[in-house]
Parts: sequence; C-alpha cells; structure tokens
Amino acid sequence: MSIPAPVSRRALPGHQIVLGDRDKLRLDSGIEFGPFTLAYQTYGELNADKSNAILVCHALTGDQYVADDVHPITGKEGWWRAIVGPGKIIDTEKYFIICTNVIGGCLGSTGPKEINPETGKPWGLDFPVITIGDMVRAQTMLIDHFGIDSLFAVIGGSMGGMQVLEWCKSYPERVFAAAPIATSYRHSAQNIAFHEVGRQAVMADPDWCGGNYLLEGKKPARGLAVARMTAHITYLSEPVLHRKFGRKLQNRGGITYSFDHDFQVESYLRHQGKSFVDRFDANSYLYITRAMDYFDLSVEFDGRLAEAFRGSNTRFCVISFSSDWCFTTAESRRLAHALNAASCNVSCVEIESDKGHDAFLLDEPDFHMVLSGFIEGAAEARGLK
Amino acid sequence: MTQTPNQGAVNAPSATPSDRIRVDLQLIADMVEPGTRVLDIGCGDGELLGYLKRTKNVDGRGLELSNEGVRNCVAQGLPVMQGDADRDLLDYPNGAFDYAILSQTLQATNRPREVLGELLRIGRKAIVSFPNFGHWRARFDLMFHGRMPQNPNLPIMWYETPNIHFCTVRDFVALCKDMDLVIERSMVLNESGSKVSLGSHSALANFFGNQALFMLSKKG
Repeated sequence: MSIPAPVSRRALPGHQIVLGDRDKLRLDSGIEFGPFTLAYQTYGELNADKSNAILVCHALTGDQYVADDVHPITGKEGWWRAIVGPGKIIDTEKYFIICTNVIGGCLGSTGPKEINPETGKPWGLDFPVITIGDMVRAQTMLIDHFGIDSLFAVIGGSMGGMQVLEWCKSYPERVFAAAPIATSYRHSAQNIAFHEVGRQAVMADPDWCGGNYLLEGKKPARGLAVARMTAHITYLSEPVLHRKFGRKLQNRGGITYSFDHDFQVESYLRHQGKSFVDRFDANSYLYITRAMDYFDLSVEFDGRLAEAFRGSNTRFCVISFSSDWCFTTAESRRLAHALNAASCNVSCVEIESDKGHDAFLLDEPDFHMVLSGFIEGAAEARGLK
Repeated sequence: MTQTPNQGAVNAPSATPSDRIRVDLQLIADMVEPGTRVLDIGCGDGELLGYLKRTKNVDGRGLELSNEGVRNCVAQGLPVMQGDADRDLLDYPNGAFDYAILSQTLQATNRPREVLGELLRIGRKAIVSFPNFGHWRARFDLMFHGRMPQNPNLPIMWYETPNIHFCTVRDFVALCKDMDLVIERSMVLNESGSKVSLGSHSALANFFGNQALFMLSKKG
C-alpha cells in the first residue's frame, strides 16, 4: 500500500477553535491539558433564546462532517446525510446542529498526529490517554463558547451514544432530550477483546515505529487495515454478509489454491481496510478505541447504573437494532431499566433489522420513524416551532 | 399481549371527532385526574396514552410488548418502553405514578396476582380492565355447546389466544379481598363496551358484564 500524503489541518474545511487556554481541560487521568483545538461543523442557525441546538456525536471512525455534501477526504456525503439536513429528521432549517471531531481524533482536533507545542514534533504516544468523559468535557467548552446553557438534544450512535450518555450523567441540566443509539453504558468484554486485536495489529506493523511513524516518514498501513477489517466484521451481521457476498468468488471461475482474495467478501474487507488507512490516523485509532474500552458509566456508582441518572429530567429514547451483536439489545434494555429505576422519562425501542450494528447509519425506515417521532415530541415539549 | 376487543367502530358519545377512542378506554380515561402521572401497561399503539396527553395534560408512560406498538407510540412522541408486564414492572420505583393502568392485559399475564401487586406498588391507584368469563354468553357456550367462548370480546380460538388466566368478576373481587385491596370504583361493560348500570358485587353484574373495569388502591 502506498503512503498517502498527510492531510494538512489547514487544508480541512470547516471551523476550528482553540479551547482550554486559560482554564485547562482536566483529563480523567489527572492531567491538565490545554490549550487544545476542536474542529467542528455547524448547520442551521441558533435561535434567539439558544434553545434549538442539537449536538450530534460521532462514532469511533466518524468525524465532524455529519451533513456536508462532500466530505473533504472521502469525497462522499457526510456520514448522516440521510438524517441531518433541510427538511430531514434532524432538520437544519429548524435546529442548530453542532458536530465536533472528538479530542484525540485526526480530522482537525488535537490528537496524537498533531504537533506537541512543547517538542515541536507530533504527539505520538506522548499524547495523554483520553476517555469518553474527556471528549464530552472538551465539547462542553465549545457549547459554552456558543453561550448555550441547555442543548435541545444530544444524539449519537455507537461511541457517539456513549458520549450522549456521558452528557446525561455529567450535565443532566444541559440536555433536554437524548437519543443514545446502538450503544451501551459500558463497553463489553467482547468489544474490548476485538479492540485489543485491532491495536495489536497496528502495533505489530513494523512501520508503526513505536508510534513515531510520522517522524520516520512511514505509516502502519497494513496493521491499521487489519484492525479496520476486524472491526468492520463486528459492525455487520452474518445475514447481511451472506446477502451481499455469500461464498461468491471474485472475478474468477474457481478457487486458486492460493492466499489471493478468491472470495468477494475478502476483496470487500481489503477495500474497507485500504480506504480506511487513507483517511484515519493509526495512533488516533489506538487512543479512541482505548477511550471506548474504559467507558463504564456504572463504575463510579459501584455498578448501580440507575444512580448515574438519579433526578434527571432529560427525555431519553434508547434505540437498538435486533441483529447488532456489537452493542446488543440486551445492553440497551439494561440501560433502559436503569433509567426506569431512576424514574426517568424513557422510551426504549428495538428496531428489526438484519444489517447489524451499522444499521444506524443506513436506510432503516422504522428507525427513522422512531427517531423523528421522538425529536418532534421533544420539540413540542420544548416549545420549539 | 393484549387481546384487543373488536370495538374500533364504537366511539365515546362525548368525544370530539378528532378525539375518539375506544369506549372502554374512554371510561378508563374518565377515571384519571388531569395533570397526573400515568403508566399504561400493555399500551398497544398508544391510543389511551395519546388521548390522556392531549386532553388531560397527563405525564404518561407506556410499557408494550410488541415491536410495532412501541414503534408507533414513540413515533407519536409518546414515551414507551418495550417490555413485559410479567418481568419488567420490577424495574419501576415505588409510587412513581398516580395511576398504573392495565387494560385488557391481566388475563394474558403469567402471574396476575403478582402483577396486580406490582401495579399498586408502582401506582397510588391501579385501573384494571379484563374480559369477564362469568358473562352469560361464556357460561352458555360452555354449558350448552361445551366449547370455549368466542365472541367479539374474545375473538381468538382457545389454541391461539394469548390469554392464559381467565377470571370472572367474582373471582377478581375475591382476589382483591384476599390481597387486602380497596375497590374504589367498579363497573361492567356490555357487549358494545357501554357501561352497564349494575353494582359490581352483584351476581347480575357478573352475569351480564362482558368486560369489567376496576379502580383499586391499597388499604391505609
């Protein structure tokens, strides 16, 4: 694989803001961090009383380009263009939508590939370990910058859903409505295991160079591609893989008795891996997967998850997908039960789908119907016209 | 889980054209004080919840087993949990609601007695409706045809029905007594779902009532 030219931060379209200049960001690890940069996109307009802001939180390998027509790197549409836009479920004509690239990310926010001002070199593994809590605390600084006291809604899937829950636990008075989608209040042992496989693949690549690949002019493309291939399988389901590829061969009449990519599913995964390394930084992948692994909202309450939501007035809509084995409906139910036990206003829906974890990014009419009903109901309660 | 009576065409006489709900649901709604907190267990498509929200400014929540029901409720902006009355009521805190409503669902639960107890742990008052197996037609079917009753209120054949614990008005009153529950209000409905003006304790109510409706509270 060729080494793609690194994308310059300045070349990225959209907004960037320096935060934590005076009041630094206090990381969960105890480090006072700052100043740091957050890259973000906004869509629509903030109303006069600042009551119509929706924060959309992205998943592990997502970014701030949630609703752009053209993503600056992939050239495709924004990752939730089906849902966010004029007249869509998250209506940019009605709401002010904010989406930030998380801290530790690699698309304009401060992360391991950016320059450490103290050394003048890329952070690499000197970048502090971050958590979902740190990502959210960084986001609050941006929300403060906009002068928004209370967000109308915080919405996100997968890791984005973890951020949603973290917001609801740490800043309940700032979240009117919350939709944690295809997510969990803690990362499961199985998911941690898959992440570890991915990290080991990156670190086993000789081009990783102990995390200093940028200085060495290299890129652990093979390791990162393997990490992505593994992860990608967990985002799908057997029915969807079978429907797409079955055991069909790739442009050949028979098997080759070699380790070439005979099967279509192999070509597909190789393509997924390759296109991923073109747009994502390997060290960012290590840091962000670690943040997800550490996530457990119940841990500071001795496992009593309901305590995390005690007294919350947020309206919740917990959505899961029946074939998602990465973040199962059972986990969503546990979350919903805890919200119930805390007397929260909660809806909990499992959407029938055979598309696995990725269903939240795809065209699923039942999911869209539920999310739109929830947002409209909440808007009515908030008095948003 | 609810075996819905086939009464969609019958509407409450007092309802406006835009707000017509099934007549038995209307009678339940009439018992609910405005501005209260209501849990509707087995809420189906949210007909009662939506009505209570629109007309009585009720803070309503639902519990529903079917995917389709939950989806439809949430799509209308109603907060509904997907779940099972037999299992998931345990998750609700004590006294979280003013009313816990169980409409046409008790007979489909595995443990009606425990479910009834849960209703009055979660809610200050419980409103329960169920098809009356003591109705003369049910008795007639069994007595003279030797067949399980089938009628608009019990439309499904015995081998397909989700209902597993049938009772009569008398059975229910006996259970309430056994559990030390106070029957605050009771009524029976005829086959078209309209109120029958008979006392619920009377044998006549048990004989002529097609459905029964009770409002219960705990003693003391």
